[in-house]
Amino acid sequence: MSAAAQGTSKATHGDVASKKKKGPGALATAYLVIYNVVMTAGWLVIAVGLVRAYLARGSYHGLYYSIEKPLKFFQTGALLEILHCAVGIVPSSVVLTGFQVLSRVFLTWAVTHSVREVQSEDSVLLFVTAWTVTEIIRYSFYTFSLLNHLPYLIKWARYTFFILLYPMGVTGELLTIYAALPYVQKTGLYSVTLPNKYNFSFDYYTFLILVMISYIPLFPQLYFHMLRQRKKVLGRTEDYSKVE
Amino acid sequence: MVTIVLPPVTLRRQASPMSRTIFFEVEVLDAKTREQLCFLDKVEPHSTIGDIKSLFYKLYPNWYPARQVLTLDPKGKSLRDEEILQSLPVGTTATMYFKDLGPQLGWTTVFFAENIGPLLIYLLFYFRVPYIYSDSYAFTSSPHKVVTTACVCHTFHYLKRLIETIFVHRFSHGSMPLRTIVKNCLYYWGFSAWLAYYINHPLYTPPSYGELQVHYAILLFVICELGNFSIHLSLSHLRGDRCRDRRFPVPSKNPFTWMFFFVSCPNHTYEVGTWVSFSVMTQCLPVAVFTLLGFIQMTIWAKGKHRAYIREFKDYPAVRVAIIPLIL
Repeated sequence: MSAAAQGTSKATHGDVASKKKKGPGALATAYLVIYNVVMTAGWLVIAVGLVRAYLARGSYHGLYYSIEKPLKFFQTGALLEILHCAVGIVPSSVVLTGFQVLSRVFLTWAVTHSVREVQSEDSVLLFVTAWTVTEIIRYSFYTFSLLNHLPYLIKWARYTFFILLYPMGVTGELLTIYAALPYVQKTGLYSVTLPNKYNFSFDYYTFLILVMISYIPLFPQLYFHMLRQRKKVLGRTEDYSKVE
Repeated sequence: MVTIVLPPVTLRRQASPMSRTIFFEVEVLDAKTREQLCFLDKVEPHSTIGDIKSLFYKLYPNWYPARQVLTLDPKGKSLRDEEILQSLPVGTTATMYFKDLGPQLGWTTVFFAENIGPLLIYLLFYFRVPYIYSDSYAFTSSPHKVVTTACVCHTFHYLKRLIETIFVHRFSHGSMPLRTIVKNCLYYWGFSAWLAYYINHPLYTPPSYGELQVHYAILLFVICELGNFSIHLSLSHLRGDRCRDRRFPVPSKNPFTWMFFFVSCPNHTYEVGTWVSFSVMTQCLPVAVFTLLGFIQMTIWAKGKHRAYIREFKDYPAVRVAIIPLIL
């Protein structure tokens, strides 16, 4: 799922942190700036890769293969963000960040990479595009925030684009998981059956269905949280009303 | 020389200590909306927060004292029931803020609910009630002796807990919100269903080292259950003498309590041992997962208790650690 909501609490905390005395030290700030710049660049590479592949092929089918490696690299790299929260240089919840990043990594590796047959699906392009645009905006937002020089345009984009990108990403993700189901069932991918020495079983097919169902309660909560944050952050630009 | 002892004077009060009792006025506002919920006048200065909660309860019969949180500051820490009005940093008119914790249940009810579920649910799986496994297995029994042994141990463990809840544990006045109880019950009940499913499954595989493994596991199980029970008894006796000073638990003549030499929370130590023994007995991965999660949770509790003991008792034994002797 989109990491937009996680970023929100980060961003708002970032705004508040720039007013308070505490926050990451100078070394941590330098590191975070480098991290966020590298991530912005990485997702720009993916964006450019998508555009170039589209222009070269003349169609938008099967573009996944042209950006497969940078996608895996930079999305997996986001795991560092959990560490940032755990160590305390980013004032966000470890659990929330962990959940967001792990769900992305799950989709990248445990679904798209693992089930070859879905890699040519258009739904993959749908979520990859959503992720790419979201992440470019998000990481540049953090970069500028850390440098205390946030252009309003970036802030506006971060709190507005999600309105379209978030449902777009969720749709792409759900369709991709759904497309993977028959292959998982047929091959018994990542599944363990009884009997075995440790008396345990795991059905990946059922697990994927449960994951899809979990979107139903989770997506609206995160989406409306983002909408509320948007109202708070963009609502009144003059007075800095108390941001969570 | 005559020594005159004067009663302690609260500096904030304007009246002299020699005059007649000054009554306090207490105003209770809603912490969120700031609207005045009640105004109590003629409150005795030596009233406790608990007394005020009782008075408040009379006006609002829905909000029994256990679900009330009163604070001096809307965002502040909640005031303890034992605190006395006149020792608080307030004038003769005190303003307090009220928060509702939601429906609460006492500890006995909580423990009962958490433990009756696993007991009964496991039995449903043991007796292979229809719709759990395929129809041909309904009401059949497993050919493996260890499956029955495991059922006896699991049932005994939860019966023991229920008996302790009723007869042994002395709970503090505290309570738990309903939502937390529902969450806890889901956790305990869900896990017991998950592990019972595999142990009583028609395709269950008995332990690799056979009877030897099971017998050692039973031995460890019995030792740990006896140990856990001994500790619970010892702790409840500690609480029994309320009029005495607070003491920390110490080893007694019962050898099972000698674990107190090494750890602050031997009841948790023995509990982990019980579940390790159950994991070995059944050689079932879900049981091991449950054991691991329980170990993590109990370690967190034990470390908290250990720190609290150290803070409260200056002569607390240095060799003791929280839960695993000499290690953790």
